Amino acid sequence: MHIFTVTIRMLILLIAVSALSFILIAKAPIDPLTAYIGTESTLSQEAKDEIAAHWGLNDSLPQRYFKWAGNVLRLDLGESITYKRPVAEVIGERFSHSVILMLLAWALSGILGFLLGMKSGSLQGRLPDRAIKTFCLLLQSTPVFWIGLLVLSLFAVKLGWFPIGMEAPIGKLAADVTAGDRIYHLILPVFTLTIVGMGKITLYTRRKYIETAGSDFVLFARARGETSRQMFTRHIMRNIALPAVTVQFASFSELFGGMALAETVFSYPGIGTATTAAALNGDVPLLLGTALIGALFVFAGNLTANILYGVFDPRLKEGGDYI
Amino acid sequence: MNCEKVTGQKTGKTITPVLDVRGLGISFGMYAGGLAKSELTVMRSVMLKAFAGEIHAVVGASGSGKSLLAHAILGILPANARRFGDIFFCGEELTRELQEEYRGRRIALIPQSVGFLDPLMRVGKQVVGTLGTREAQRAAFERYALPSEAERMYPFQLSGGMARRVMVSTALMGRPELIVADEPTPGLSEELAEETMRWFRELADGGASILLITHDLELAMKHADRITVFYAGYTVESAPAADYAAGKSALRHPYTKALIDALPQNGFKPIPGTQPYACQAPGGCPFAERCGLRTGECAEDVGMRELRGGEVRCVHAD
Repeated sequence: MHIFTVTIRMLILLIAVSALSFILIAKAPIDPLTAYIGTESTLSQEAKDEIAAHWGLNDSLPQRYFKWAGNVLRLDLGESITYKRPVAEVIGERFSHSVILMLLAWALSGILGFLLGMKSGSLQGRLPDRAIKTFCLLLQSTPVFWIGLLVLSLFAVKLGWFPIGMEAPIGKLAADVTAGDRIYHLILPVFTLTIVGMGKITLYTRRKYIETAGSDFVLFARARGETSRQMFTRHIMRNIALPAVTVQFASFSELFGGMALAETVFSYPGIGTATTAAALNGDVPLLLGTALIGALFVFAGNLTANILYGVFDPRLKEGGDYI
Repeated sequence: MNCEKVTGQKTGKTITPVLDVRGLGISFGMYAGGLAKSELTVMRSVMLKAFAGEIHAVVGASGSGKSLLAHAILGILPANARRFGDIFFCGEELTRELQEEYRGRRIALIPQSVGFLDPLMRVGKQVVGTLGTREAQRAAFERYALPSEAERMYPFQLSGGMARRVMVSTALMGRPELIVADEPTPGLSEELAEETMRWFRELADGGASILLITHDLELAMKHADRITVFYAGYTVESAPAADYAAGKSALRHPYTKALIDALPQNGFKPIPGTQPYACQAPGGCPFAERCGLRTGECAEDVGMRELRGGEVRCVHAD
């Protein structure tokens, strides 16, 4: 029953996202034909009309949408104008790059943010706590691309420790690129996304720590002779870690958005740069494809968060319906 | 373990009380705007003696600092609290180290509500805690007629009555000589409240001293052996429960007499004025402002003194 409702919800989401993107793109001042053949084309008007007819550009918007959707159901996302390859292939390749970047940044920001939040909460009101809090608030209110630029200008330009962008050294054959090269190129974007993602989870953990450590049940545990260590491992840790994990899963959407910007700053060939390129070139099939993938990804994150809430919190688990 | 399990009043000879609180006061350090630090006094002077085998009720209005008394005895006051005065446990001064050693073992707290249980831990494991055993927990559940399924439940799944039984069970994981029950009855039906008091009586009969913190004077009159009344951060009278039941004339302090008058069966007769908070209490007798017997002496510090088998903080009481 749950799986059924979840699937229905996912389908509704995908339909809404694709329809909205479709309308936005159709109404945008981009002529797909010009985008495809270029402004300098010498094609005759008849040839242009033929292409337009072949693509169905003269059909009504709903007709075009249903045609596209029908193709998507047959797993055909169309051909990317920018890369001259099937959209599914482009997305698959790009996504594999982005997934590494996102998973690393997600895990690192989660772990570091959690530890920092615990430390901060346990030192509530003292100088380190106030410094951490201020730092996190600053991070929360700073745009990703700006932090990316700062990181880039400091570590890549000024200090020269890291490459300025891309996923592998320029001018090196793809076959010669080593895992070390890739890791080296990943460091700065991962670092940027990590510190950006850390703010939220740090502040959440900090607040939760203060709340839990001051709770009646921790007070009672102390009254029953538990040591500080026992109170921490038996009550505080569990009451903070479980919701923190779900919060981290729910932050997939921000991570996805941040990644698109960070990739652009670092010229990293992931899904984010592909989206930017698609938008700039009027590459409608690719743009729609990335919109779908993005929606699926964020949906998966939120779904995981919802499921985990139920798994971790007995009040929801034993209550039954949690998705 | 030098507590004698005999009642003070019954034998008449001098015996060591389980709990002897002498002039306990509590204040909190507060930041009053900017860096100026001020002290907020929430308890002025508390004097009471609780004996083995007795239920000693501490009665006071909300905000009179009763729960803080419980926290001070267990040593679980917040970090910014300062405690003055002395607490003796079985004749031994209750230092911070001893509090840490005794709590959960020789001194137990029974909390007010289910909110004092960890929402994410199963009830059985929680009752066992760090000092108990599964066997002790099962025995306690049996004693209080808790079904064995309760062990696997989470606090939110407990009914009010079950939660109360679970919290009483926690006290049995040690072998407490002093059990502090903080407001155990509000929100309970009359039968449940009666039942709870029966459990306390059983524990007292087993040799423990029960400190029952409540705002319910009638409940205290019905079930306690001795009652101490709080007013504005002071204890004003400590006397056998029978004196309260006997009425005004058997009591000593003008405030406790007024309390008796204010009971429903005595026609809800109020006295003018309101009880000040401990921080606003005037010097001298805290009740002087509202008292008909007030004289010049009342402006000076008034200590607790013995009178007719009880103790009173009033120069005019006779």
